[in-house]
Amino acid sequence: MSVSETTTDEFDDTLIAEPDRSAPARIRLSPGPTRRPTPEPAAPAITRQIVFDARGVWVDYGAKRALEDVTMTIERNLATALIGPSGCGKSTFLRCLNRMNDSIPGFSVGGELRYHGHDLYGPTANRVEVRRRIGMVFQKPNPFPKSIYDNVAWAPRNLGMKDGLDERVERALRGAALWDEVKDRLKQSALGLSGGQQQRLCIARAIAVEPDVVLLDEPASALDPIATASIEDLIHELKLRYTIVIVTHNMQQAMRVADRTAFFSLDENRTGALIEYADTKTLFSHPADSRTRDYITGQFG
Amino acid sequence: MRRMSALSPAPPLSGPAQERARRARLRLTDLRASRTLTVLAWIGAAVIVITMGSVGFQVIRGASEAIGRFGPLFAFHAAWIPNLNKLGGLSYLYGSLVTSLVSLVFATILGVSIGIFLALLAPRPVANVIGPLVEMLAAIPTVVLGLIGIIVISPFSAHTLEPLFHGVLGWTGLFGAPAQNGASLFTASLVLTIMVLPIISALSRDIFRTVPQELRDGAEALGATRWEMIRGVVLPTTVSGITGACVLGFARAMGEAIAVTQVVGNASLIHANLFFPGTTLASAIANQFESPQNSLTESALYYLALILLIVGVLTSIVSRRIISRGAKLT
Repeated sequence: MSVSETTTDEFDDTLIAEPDRSAPARIRLSPGPTRRPTPEPAAPAITRQIVFDARGVWVDYGAKRALEDVTMTIERNLATALIGPSGCGKSTFLRCLNRMNDSIPGFSVGGELRYHGHDLYGPTANRVEVRRRIGMVFQKPNPFPKSIYDNVAWAPRNLGMKDGLDERVERALRGAALWDEVKDRLKQSALGLSGGQQQRLCIARAIAVEPDVVLLDEPASALDPIATASIEDLIHELKLRYTIVIVTHNMQQAMRVADRTAFFSLDENRTGALIEYADTKTLFSHPADSRTRDYITGQFG
Repeated sequence: MRRMSALSPAPPLSGPAQERARRARLRLTDLRASRTLTVLAWIGAAVIVITMGSVGFQVIRGASEAIGRFGPLFAFHAAWIPNLNKLGGLSYLYGSLVTSLVSLVFATILGVSIGIFLALLAPRPVANVIGPLVEMLAAIPTVVLGLIGIIVISPFSAHTLEPLFHGVLGWTGLFGAPAQNGASLFTASLVLTIMVLPIISALSRDIFRTVPQELRDGAEALGATRWEMIRGVVLPTTVSGITGACVLGFARAMGEAIAVTQVVGNASLIHANLFFPGTTLASAIANQFESPQNSLTESALYYLALILLIVGVLTSIVSRRIISRGAKLT
């Protein structure tokens, strides 16, 4: 999947050629050649709001320490990628951010994990409320065996957002670049969609409740290259509105979609740890840690 | 077999010849085993067909006199007066349907709840204790359950449940003044509930466990509570399987004779009041077949069996349909 400079040019051309698309500019209506917004220059002058603030976070599964001493901040309206070899704790860390690990037997977490200053695992934190604000898309597309419409409408209905439900569903489907493909068959089962469409439906489902953050756990790993490209496109548009945290195995993907990248690896005790966290460009061009360099140059993992 | 005896004296040689002989023997064993298995399988299949066929044939032949005399309207006549040769199956059919439906309502509510608890809510160790207990409930002989019905459930029903229901729901007409000794359709329904419960709870537990973890995670990641997840995702995706389990439970309740006979009161009455004694198809057959008053009555009992058979076959077909349609959807 080469995303070359020319595609960026094409994007601008298309905008000039078709200036009056009826939808808001950030929504892509048609499939077709990959168009992506020009990457936002990481402007150091702007201090971004901190969404997640992790300090010394560790995770145990039973007696086994899975993740050790993670300290990092995740900032608003950026796409932050978590990369690293299998078993390095990157997914574990991601799932801590919306407390999806809670139901795993033996799971325990320590350190301090704050979301907009609130302690995520504090005594007053409500994990249902946490997940309402922090949506998640999983590795394998998992649409409910319901109609396309009901898949998107289910969570808003559940949370009592019943006014303007049709508009909300349409907005979410447009936001996930799926509207044009499904608008004529909203009542059909979501299981009839292709894998890539199902995954975009899951994204639509997540953004239908207008979360603050969208967590993506290897969202494209079960998809073919074309579907992957459309998901990556989408991430660029989503981060204008939401904060994105994405776990990926694929370093090229991290380079394409992420503003910041965190490299996780196993330390000498085979425990997951955060090795390096930097702007994506910096991390891939001038890694500070030799383990990062080995990993991104393919000498490890 | 013939070929085998011709080959059996294998020459006791060493080296490659012995190896060849060993292989030949193995091939022979394999051949014999496979032949035997095929024959057994065909016999098994034949036994099923013959049994089904002969059951149908015998029941219809036994019922032929009554069929000739009363015709298909037999099922809709309520009178059962053997002395006057006035015989009709309606009170039996009514009793069977009412006790089965009432027990199904109780057992579905309880069984599905148990299934949800065991599959989704209970911690593993708890589920590992209660799950086998539920299955053991199914192993209790029905006669024993009938005794429990007489000793425990009847008095409890007569003195506690029936006044309670009468007080709260008496206006519906279904729950009239309690009978004296507790022998009633209601008590029979309670006994049947205990018998149907393990079927519905074990099946629904297994069905709930088939809902993929990803779906449940998906719902929880959207800010759904545990209950919203169960109501919104687990129950809708399993509704057809659960319905199938309920129909199976219904068929089980329809067919039970002994335990029902012990507590139902055996009166061929049709009465909306569930606290009155009644009777069912199966218990009537078990009860009266030993000493029917005349050949027509005996034939009429066969006719009751035929009705039971038809209802059983229909429910079985319906439950298969429901389950297979559900399997296609998910």
